[in-house]
Amino acid sequence: MRLNKIVKGMVVAAPMMILAACGSTSTTDADYQETQQVTPTDTTVQTGSLKKDVSPAEKMRLQLAALRQEHIIYFDFDTSAVSNQFASLLEAHATYLRAHPSTALVIEGHADERGTPEYNIALGERRAQAVARYLESLGVSAGQIELVSYGEEKPLDSSRTDAGFAQNRRAVLVY
Amino acid sequence: MKLITRITIIFISLFTLTAHAALDIVITEGVDSARPVAIVPFKWLGQGPAPENLSQVVAADLRRSGRFSPVAAFSMPSQPSSSRDIQYAQWANLGVEAILVGTIKPYQDGRFVVGFELIDVVRGQLSGGKAKMLSNGNLIASNAHILDSRETVISRAEFRQYGHRISDIIYEKLTGDRGAFRTKIAYVLVNAKNKYTHRLMIADYDGKNEVEILRSKEPLMSPSWSPDGTKLAYASFENQRQQIFIQDIYTQKRSKVSAYRGINSAPRWSHDGKKLALVLSKDGNPDIYILDIASKQLTRATRNRAIDTEPSWALDDNSLVFTSERGGKPQIYRVNLVSGKINRMTFDGEMNLGGSITPNNEQLVLVNRTRGKYHIAKQNIKTGNLQVLTKTRLDESPSIAPNGSMVIYGTMHRGKQVLALVSIDGRFKARLPVADGEVRAPAWSPYIY
Repeated sequence: MRLNKIVKGMVVAAPMMILAACGSTSTTDADYQETQQVTPTDTTVQTGSLKKDVSPAEKMRLQLAALRQEHIIYFDFDTSAVSNQFASLLEAHATYLRAHPSTALVIEGHADERGTPEYNIALGERRAQAVARYLESLGVSAGQIELVSYGEEKPLDSSRTDAGFAQNRRAVLVY
Repeated sequence: MKLITRITIIFISLFTLTAHAALDIVITEGVDSARPVAIVPFKWLGQGPAPENLSQVVAADLRRSGRFSPVAAFSMPSQPSSSRDIQYAQWANLGVEAILVGTIKPYQDGRFVVGFELIDVVRGQLSGGKAKMLSNGNLIASNAHILDSRETVISRAEFRQYGHRISDIIYEKLTGDRGAFRTKIAYVLVNAKNKYTHRLMIADYDGKNEVEILRSKEPLMSPSWSPDGTKLAYASFENQRQQIFIQDIYTQKRSKVSAYRGINSAPRWSHDGKKLALVLSKDGNPDIYILDIASKQLTRATRNRAIDTEPSWALDDNSLVFTSERGGKPQIYRVNLVSGKINRMTFDGEMNLGGSITPNNEQLVLVNRTRGKYHIAKQNIKTGNLQVLTKTRLDESPSIAPNGSMVIYGTMHRGKQVLALVSIDGRFKARLPVADGEVRAPAWSPYIY
């Protein structure tokens, strides 16, 4: 359920980021603020502007960049199957990695705290492997990918509740 | 002024917290079934205050064994210091079956003479402490009611250790089994607030004399004792991947013994001390391998597409028990290292993991999952009969005392990971809370002395 929200959030967030990028052209947010502050509000003239069109390629690049901000893939209990929910996220990373074949990616595998630490190390590796295979199927070179399993040793949420467990069953893409 | 005082107090209290970070033991279940004994406070025969409360160390040991219930000093009818002074009826009325009495005397060079007698109350009462026996046709005085008596010179620093020694003697005399009061435990302390989040610690079995042997900013896992009690093997992520190290706990000498691609986990020392069983995924998925420590030669023990992990040696080192998913869910199997033959050992519950064999070769101690709950259990190796021992939450990492009497394991208490103890019969239970942080991966040492 929560995962759905994240995906929905991303769908909303990505176009918004593109819009934001359009509005502020080349200046950073801080510069933009400053410019506004020094502009008097009661001048006799005010300027208008057109919104610059973004090329489809640029649009795609920004979209992928936004998707790559998301780098955690969550799993169900005791499974290593990559859910369809993460297809676009992984697609974005794969596109980037294909375009940058010298970039190395570490996939960290994690498990929740149920079961034994050693079994969870194995489970974490299997999750990292599942993500690696997914990326490889999208054309990413196996040589770019390295795996490390932390099992249950690095929880994101230590509450030991069902919600906490769900946060901890994950693979993390680290550049 | 006030502020300064307050800061000082905060500083001191923090310091005290660190100083008392060692594990404490809280008994949670099983005192009722224990046998009453009396550990009479030892009589101090010197000037000034007594050097150390020796009887308190002994009484605490015996209580923690789950087998004995020492009578509180304040409810003792008298406090004799020699077998000659004991009025047996007093103690028999209390249901006490054995009494420890003793003295502490000053000796030269600031050392002390400690003498003690362990007395069987029933035999003492029958003979009034003046038993006679036939020897070469003559009746002579018998000391059959005195189960043990010794006199030893010790230094001030040796009191605690000598107390554990006395406990070992009492335990063995009264149960027939060897005591494990002079053993240690290794464990990992985790505190996300610290710069070094993971610390590998060693303490006496009762949590005293805690010593840090390694600190790291990355996870530390799976300490395993060498059978001579001088080294630990463990997994460390200090190089951003899992690797196995061996560290001498006395010299601090440390060596990396396994750093293959993928998983390097779950090291377990063989009983002859020459080999390490470990889990590697270098060939695709986790399998059990055996590393000959001297020659560094690696042998593969299992070969399966499923997860194989958590190896533990059988007493004769000729087979390993391990956890495998080859049947669908994790269960415990045994691989014969000579024939290569593999047998499934566990069938009860949804999963069974982390198995190890008790020193008497009768039980397999494991983590059992039934209806989603993880508990420590034992399975009779011959009959296959499984008995769940614990009721705590998310139990894992069981490690058996070298005399097989007790299992230490990791569990949850008030949202924190702590260590707990359960006797092998499941009757006695205790918790070892820690002041700060969480405690994981306990490993009970072999006999050290």
